[in-house]
Amino acid sequence: MSTQPALVSENIQGVETLEGRLAPGGSSRRRIGHPSWTTTAVLALCSLSILIPLYVTISMAFKTTEQAVSGSAFALPAPFSVDGFREAWSLTDFPRAFTISVLVTAGSVFGTIILAAFASYAISRNWERRLFRYSFFYLLAAMFIPFPVLALAQIRLTGIVGLDNPAGVTLLHIMFQLSFSVLLFTAFLRSIPMELEESARIDGATTWQTFWKLIFPLLAPMSATVGIFAFLASWNDFMMPSLITSDPTLQTLPVVQSIFQTQFSNNYNVSFASYLMAMAPAIAVYIFTQRWVMAGVTQGAVKG
Amino acid sequence: MATTTATRVDTAEAPRPDQAPRKRRKVEPIYYLFLLPALVLFSLAITLPAIMGIFYSFTNSIGFGEWDFVGLINYQAMFSDPAIWQSYLFTFGFAAVTVVVVNVIAFLLAVGLTAKIRMKSALRAIFVIPMVISGIIIAYVFNYLFSNSVPAAGSSLGISWLSESILANPNLAWVAIVIVTAWQAIPGTLLIYIAGLLSIPGDVYEAADLDGASKLQALLKITLPLVSGYVVINIVLGFKGFLNAYDIIVGLTNGGPGTSTRSIAMTIVTGFTGGDYAYQMANATFFFLITILISLVQLRATRGRSTL
Repeated sequence: MSTQPALVSENIQGVETLEGRLAPGGSSRRRIGHPSWTTTAVLALCSLSILIPLYVTISMAFKTTEQAVSGSAFALPAPFSVDGFREAWSLTDFPRAFTISVLVTAGSVFGTIILAAFASYAISRNWERRLFRYSFFYLLAAMFIPFPVLALAQIRLTGIVGLDNPAGVTLLHIMFQLSFSVLLFTAFLRSIPMELEESARIDGATTWQTFWKLIFPLLAPMSATVGIFAFLASWNDFMMPSLITSDPTLQTLPVVQSIFQTQFSNNYNVSFASYLMAMAPAIAVYIFTQRWVMAGVTQGAVKG
Repeated sequence: MATTTATRVDTAEAPRPDQAPRKRRKVEPIYYLFLLPALVLFSLAITLPAIMGIFYSFTNSIGFGEWDFVGLINYQAMFSDPAIWQSYLFTFGFAAVTVVVVNVIAFLLAVGLTAKIRMKSALRAIFVIPMVISGIIIAYVFNYLFSNSVPAAGSSLGISWLSESILANPNLAWVAIVIVTAWQAIPGTLLIYIAGLLSIPGDVYEAADLDGASKLQALLKITLPLVSGYVVINIVLGFKGFLNAYDIIVGLTNGGPGTSTRSIAMTIVTGFTGGDYAYQMANATFFFLITILISLVQLRATRGRSTL
């Protein structure tokens, strides 16, 4: 994570320099002159619509039950209390739900990267063969099939083969990420010059070695993008685990939050502490991978 | 997340058509091994359920036990079922409103965020946050705000329709769903617009400036047409994504009050517990056809525009 992949950083720097010179909307005098405070103020005001719900989540989580129930949502916690966290921890069995979420997410991130990179490599290096070319379009077709269409049949099938558990959820998460990931990887593989691979082969490397020693490391920036999207889709998903996993004690973090809608609906400090613990890991990952997240969305859209 | 899925499938974009020297060589067996896991798992996890769903939609299966072919009866029943109509009307109306709200706000924010401003990277970082938060959890947070804080503010301001939870109001609950869905969908759309705006060369604006165009004129007559390709991508991807609405609705209204905010996806999955398994398979198949139609429109609309 500490080393910035070359391609992505070039992209971003390119973008930054572009912005510096070519900010749209402003007159040329404006662009050379000072940044607009009015626009900044308006945007800062708009950003409150994002910050206020987050602030409410955090402040509610640190309140006592009395203050959370009776006071205003926007008041600061007084007194400051971590009881909500303590109770949420045991009510949702946080360690277990967290572990399952981590396993499902890690499985789908690694599974997506490996399966998509394998398939994309085979496809891009054998494009002249019909089998590989058709496989590409076949895998891409899933982009047009949303989960709700397949849900009923998948619930049934996973039940029959004993995959109505987090392992089945992981597999399905990988499958729904595959199209998008294969598209990104194959586009990137086109940009890798064949000469590189040929020289590796002259040195006696097998295809397997060439993939792992040469191609896979070169794919790193794209793997980061693919991985982040697989992470966000898997960590935040509610519909699929809630429908596929039949054993409620094997549910992921987003799904276990539903207990606060029924049984403990008035202990707002507890429920908000629980929400905060569930969303914090994704926000933490975002803070460290902002550039890839932002670049990834753009690549995904513009590639398409 | 699904909203970021790329859009164009086109042979021109496909990888490496030019490998003439290697043309008739034998494919190394290892390449089949590279491709096989993805193909096999994909066929079992996606293709098989798709075929199974279509197959069962022509039966009277209740999810287990014996079944018979019943032809098109499920489809006929579907079209005269007010519950199905309601879910389609609600979902399409919701998706249409949301796509407009999201695109207008995201476009304006993108214009602001690409202008010369202070704290640019901090502001951008904040505006992207909703994208990384779980839909169900943010729906629970807003559920609290809509049922407690908003009514409290409404009654202290003396606005009667705001002093009760809009989630409990059959005529207004959809507004809450639009707000929360937009809250979460704006970041992805915004980032795509930022990329679009940054692709516009600056001298276009200088020329407009020399010709005496106002800022508003420049925005409407220059910026908007030049990012039209991005507008199309955002509208089609957004609309398709919103048609699958599930998580946020479950967290806000769970389809209520009554069934006034029940989406297509929520209706389909009732087939799992409600006993009308094959019937909802028919619903899913019909929804699948609609998705394919929209995807075809999308392929046409975005062809050749992506390089703008």
